[in-house]
Amino acid sequence: MNSKRILNIALGAYVGAIFVFVFAPIVFSVVFSFNSQRFPTIPLGSFSTEWYVKILNDPDIWKAALNSLIVSSSTAVIATVLGFCTAYSDFRYNFRFKGPYIALILLPPTIPLIIMALAMLAWLSKLGISGQLWSVVIAHSVLTAPFAMAIIRLRLNQMDPDLESASWNLGGSEWATMRYVIIPFCKPAIISGLCLAAAVSFDEFAVSWFVSGLNKTLPVVILEIVQGNIDPQVNAIGTFVFFTSMTLVILAQIFFVQRQIKSTKS
Amino acid sequence: MLIKKIQKINVYAMTWRLPIIVWQLLFFVGPVIFMIAMSFFLVKNYRMTEAFEFVNWSKMFSKNYFWDSYLHTVTIASVSTVFAMIIAFPASFALAFKASEKLRRWAIFLLIIPFFTSYLVRTFSWFVILSENGVVNALLGYIGFGPYTMLNTNFGTLVGYMTLTLPLVVILQTITMASIDRTLIEAARNLGCKPLATIWRVIIPLSKAGLIVAAIFCFILSFGDFVAPFYLGGSQEPTLPILILDTTKSGQQWPRAAVVAIVMMITLFSVAFIGIALAYRKKAKK
Repeated sequence: MNSKRILNIALGAYVGAIFVFVFAPIVFSVVFSFNSQRFPTIPLGSFSTEWYVKILNDPDIWKAALNSLIVSSSTAVIATVLGFCTAYSDFRYNFRFKGPYIALILLPPTIPLIIMALAMLAWLSKLGISGQLWSVVIAHSVLTAPFAMAIIRLRLNQMDPDLESASWNLGGSEWATMRYVIIPFCKPAIISGLCLAAAVSFDEFAVSWFVSGLNKTLPVVILEIVQGNIDPQVNAIGTFVFFTSMTLVILAQIFFVQRQIKSTKS
Repeated sequence: MLIKKIQKINVYAMTWRLPIIVWQLLFFVGPVIFMIAMSFFLVKNYRMTEAFEFVNWSKMFSKNYFWDSYLHTVTIASVSTVFAMIIAFPASFALAFKASEKLRRWAIFLLIIPFFTSYLVRTFSWFVILSENGVVNALLGYIGFGPYTMLNTNFGTLVGYMTLTLPLVVILQTITMASIDRTLIEAARNLGCKPLATIWRVIIPLSKAGLIVAAIFCFILSFGDFVAPFYLGGSQEPTLPILILDTTKSGQQWPRAAVVAIVMMITLFSVAFIGIALAYRKKAKK
């Protein structure tokens, strides 16, 4: 009995260690961003907002932040629209080649980003639309649509299929049913989808780096600084990026989970 | 009347079905096919000209550094996969069998977060932590060890890979094991099966498919990542993704980069295919 307890404690400590490993880089990045040392180590230097002041006074960083904002919000909208259409088609219809159809949307995230980056760069240059902000938007919407699709599809699973036919029986057209029944029902998942797609797009660096040209997004700026040397500015920018994407992911989960609890209750 | 109705239904159905087909054909299938075609193009005076020649393929395949890099990448991605699977297992086991439902949900919720946060900044953070004067060496110094060189080694690369893959592997392993029928485990215990033997002979076989999927994902992520080997591994032994990067960014040799990318994709598809076949076969046998 006693040895079983020791085992449980050991396992608990092990899980704790894994979490420490996973979150250590995030925590240290935040701590270092407020640290005066140029080469941060233990014992820590004094508290300082030097690096934040530095990035706030850098017009290039502001430009990149604005670019990131534009890219991730546009990507989120396109990816969520695409994801919704696909999720609804999958939910509602059976048709030939449905397997390949679903694979078409789900495959992109399983292909290494560096390969997607090369393929996108070559193809968009061929079409003459590389090196612009919206080339990044196009590439990112391919990469993020599956996340939106998955979360909306999960929500549709919870919908009573009779709900749709009930609306038709009451005289609603398919379009009206979509407008007044299905979209309202999916709303929390749509918002989650928007947040998730925006979060993925906001951090993505490989494809952005290849196709953005001179219109750098924040992760691309980080990549370029990191290539140079140890520069604690990266921690400050990184902390900002972390908190933005973490907020988006947490919002996504709150929206999705809360509604789930609500709907199981009612 | 009837025909009209069918047409109407089709318009509605197609409104939802077509967007993704058009979009993915244009911006996913298009790029991939063009990349394959590009591997047969020629580069003359730093300009790419459309052609159908095998010169890029034969050039790449005759280079020793390409095969060295290939071997190195496969090896280190495999090592990463084995490590991640083994390191994650006790934690996933604890979360699946010892933790309450609520705790498990929370753990998975937390482990999803890093997946959506900047891998690049996390890698940079490791770079600082693991450096010669970094946090780890400072801590080891207090107890009289070190300093150790951890950057620009395979160890550094592996730390990066683990940062990338561990959260996902723990999530997948936990979900798989949590969905095992508990009565089967109890039955094994009642029949006198020792705890370790229960893991080995009951739990692992029952969760085989899920475990293999986790391993496949881990391999794909490690195999395709250029950040960890570049910043933490020092890239003295370039992996294939670094080779793509160098060939594209510095040499303007896009067609040769395409050759490397295609070889990578073929490798990944083979690994995924074999893995899934393996998972399926064992299941059918039972």
